[in-house]
Amino acid sequence: MPALREKVIFEYSRPGRGARDQWPEDVAPASPLPEALRRKSPPLLPEVGELEAVRHFTRLSQQNFSIDTHFYPLGSCTMKYNPKACNQYAMLPEFLGRHPLAPESHGQGVLACLFELQEMLKEVTGMRGVSLSPMAGAHGEFAGVAMIRAYHRARGDLARNEIIVPQAAHGTNPATATMCGCSVREIPVAADGDIDIDALTAAVGANTAGIMLTNPSTLGIFERRIEEVARIVHAAGGLLYYDGANLNAILGKVRPGDMGFDVIHMNLHKTFSTPHGGGGPGAGAVGVSTRLAPFLPIPIVGRDADRYRWLAENDLPQSIGRLSAFMGNVGVLLRAYIYMRMLGRTGMSEVGEYATLNANYLLAQLKQAGFEAAYPKRRASHEFIITLKREARELGVTAMDFAKRLLDYGFHAPTTYFPLIVPECLLIEPTETESPQILDAFAAAMTAIAREAREAPEYLKSAPHNMPVRRLDDVRAAKQLDLTWKPTAQT
Amino acid sequence: MAFIPHTEPEVAAMLAAIGVSSIDELFDEIPPSLRVRSLDGIPAALNEMQIGRLMSARAQSDGRPLAFIGAGAYEHHIPAAVWALTTRGEFYSAYTPYQAEASQGTLQVIYEYQTMIASLTGMEVANASLYDGASALAEAALMAVRANRKSQSQRVLMPTSVHPHYRKVAITAAGNQAVSFEAVPFSPEEGRTPLTALAPFDGQDVTALVIQQPNFFGVLEDVDALTDWARARNILVIACVNPTSLAVLRPPGEWGAAGADIVVGEGQPLGVPLASGGPYFGFMTTRMAHVRQMPGRIVGRTVDLAGCDGFTLTLQAREQHIRRARATSNICTNQGLLVTAATIYMSLMGPAGLARVAAVSHARTSELVAALTRLPAVRMGFASPYFHESVLRLDRPVAPVLRALADRGILGGFDLAEHYPELGHALLVCATETKTSADIERYASAFADVMKAARAA
Repeated sequence: MPALREKVIFEYSRPGRGARDQWPEDVAPASPLPEALRRKSPPLLPEVGELEAVRHFTRLSQQNFSIDTHFYPLGSCTMKYNPKACNQYAMLPEFLGRHPLAPESHGQGVLACLFELQEMLKEVTGMRGVSLSPMAGAHGEFAGVAMIRAYHRARGDLARNEIIVPQAAHGTNPATATMCGCSVREIPVAADGDIDIDALTAAVGANTAGIMLTNPSTLGIFERRIEEVARIVHAAGGLLYYDGANLNAILGKVRPGDMGFDVIHMNLHKTFSTPHGGGGPGAGAVGVSTRLAPFLPIPIVGRDADRYRWLAENDLPQSIGRLSAFMGNVGVLLRAYIYMRMLGRTGMSEVGEYATLNANYLLAQLKQAGFEAAYPKRRASHEFIITLKREARELGVTAMDFAKRLLDYGFHAPTTYFPLIVPECLLIEPTETESPQILDAFAAAMTAIAREAREAPEYLKSAPHNMPVRRLDDVRAAKQLDLTWKPTAQT
Repeated sequence: MAFIPHTEPEVAAMLAAIGVSSIDELFDEIPPSLRVRSLDGIPAALNEMQIGRLMSARAQSDGRPLAFIGAGAYEHHIPAAVWALTTRGEFYSAYTPYQAEASQGTLQVIYEYQTMIASLTGMEVANASLYDGASALAEAALMAVRANRKSQSQRVLMPTSVHPHYRKVAITAAGNQAVSFEAVPFSPEEGRTPLTALAPFDGQDVTALVIQQPNFFGVLEDVDALTDWARARNILVIACVNPTSLAVLRPPGEWGAAGADIVVGEGQPLGVPLASGGPYFGFMTTRMAHVRQMPGRIVGRTVDLAGCDGFTLTLQAREQHIRRARATSNICTNQGLLVTAATIYMSLMGPAGLARVAAVSHARTSELVAALTRLPAVRMGFASPYFHESVLRLDRPVAPVLRALADRGILGGFDLAEHYPELGHALLVCATETKTSADIERYASAFADVMKAARAA
């Protein structure tokens, strides 16, 4: 990591400078814009040359950890290798240049890819219908719960407004239920990590719209009583929602449709390796069982004989509607399509197998090194939880201290403090694309940090030491809001 | 190809370390009845050469027509540096910057972006972006309901001159939370929202008014009068704007006497390719007073242990991972990669370059409108000033004309028949700085031929 900080781009600005070679030639308009509507003072955009801009953004990029540069075992996020071919072939000029409202006659190529992607996602999840239009996992969740609600309403079952979520659920689950106008009921997790069946039985009833589950759960273990959960919820008139955040664990091994789920969202940016891009774009395709198919969000790609076309309001009059101005993140969908075609039938199950192998191996190494697993009697899925509650109690160091120190060792930190029900936890997901040597190196770094925690805890608490910045003051960031650069504030 | 590096001896050693005899044993907690037996519907794997040939053939079949469609997505020149930098692995393959110390690159880019987009829209603060322009408008409506404490009605006025897909997305996204959208008609002569159309709402409890500038028809609304009308009645103003236009048009922060309250729009024109509709990004800016009601990620500048400047995600107490069911939104994603592209694009263009892009796009559209309205069967749709899009009316249905043009490799615009049947045979056309006089001449000449053939038929 470069030690030097990079200036804010406005500090390079010089009045009158600009990447002028990139500007279009001036053309006089036949009719000028009305004077009353014209902008009086220019916006604060940088005035820099092209080389200055290229150097600035290159230097900024060098201050990031990324999959291409670092092991990134961020639990629940599936930070696997993003194959370069996916990027290259999704960025062919014809694909990039195609207008979203171009006629289907000038889009059979891209529509064929999207149609086949829908079919492959159905097959690998065991669902009967797929819509690709949600633009992120949370967007897919929204679509899924909105479909559950629309289904009950279409049947005149208006009292079903309650969504059940396990305590350990992703925060998006309850937030989504609220956005869909539902109330949330949390149920506890049993000591073995599975859902508390008694609590579930007590929770379901005439108000139950559905339950949102991740399986393997957010605790990194497979929910063994899933068939019983499905029976209980269905018998009460509710539907089962599958949060696809952990689909990588079971890809090619178990299908949500076979477990009894009625609707699922898939994070194509996790399981199907589209890039995370520093926080987006994602794609949150949804899959449904037959009874929810009429409610899928539009548009969907359909096929008549050998022609592909968009299905919209006229084809799906009961659809929950449109989620984006056009048709979702097509560029992301193309990357997922290319990845799935390269995996093929056998690659699909290898993903689940090797993701699970790597997680269980790393868990074994860390246990060997003296770390405490949150669920030591359970198999790890594609990820697992280490709890540092003993280190916190005995040495006064926290999971956050470990996370920050790992950065100094050249590893991105695992997910910290999630799920909320395990104290001082690290949720570790190595993914299938990492070699055992990387896993060994990570275990060695954790071991070295544990030693530091005993010998020099203060050094840990003030980590990181070798990054472009030291530990940042989050409290000040929220109290003294500085959200935009201001010329007058500079010296 | 699953991109798995393990050798067989390594797998054996790993299994031994775990204490199992096979990978399959690792799945022994899954009920056997649930195990997948086959995935016959998934085709056999393709290697990189094979997928390359397949994708190239499919891309070629889509072709590269000469396009004059806008309607919410705009073709602009994108400097090569924009995507050469954006697809660097350090940006492309990083996650959301939760570990700030390992994500200063992404965080600083977003901070610079927030500065640029806030200034471009004339507002004080921005979030790190939303999915696209349409979903940003829906989020703005929900935000207005939270922010306007003087209103209890959850009623949002939505002119029908707003992009029809945006109106539908708003209903999908906010309808489940009992927000109602009430249509405000446009003037059939002017193609914009007259104050008289708002009169029926005088004295009623209304939460917010949406104003799109330029509106879906490319027409410039009387934003000052509309903003003043709303602000005088404690109605929040949600502006939905084209970012390119703001280099030359007065920003929403300066509309009327007091300015708009929330500004959203589609960020695609700022360096993002058309790509069949996405990924794009939605931008959102507002006044500092409303910052805690804003959804999505926000980056702030702070200091580190040594007192040096650094950047971090802030105001996270609004968000789903902290507040769960009471969060401002379920949103986690921003469109980080697209924001990176837009920040680089705005840096290369600067204020003068972006103003040039806007002015030339306006000029090219004027040139296109002039060339087409010279034809006897074509006249202007509305007698109002426009930015880089305009409605034309033909003497016959638009769809067959567009099909005939497409056969000649020209995408002639967007047919308004489905969304605005009351306008008759109306066509929305757009030209940006990417179109030359020769392109416009080619379009006009093909158009004349097609119309002549249609009359003869």
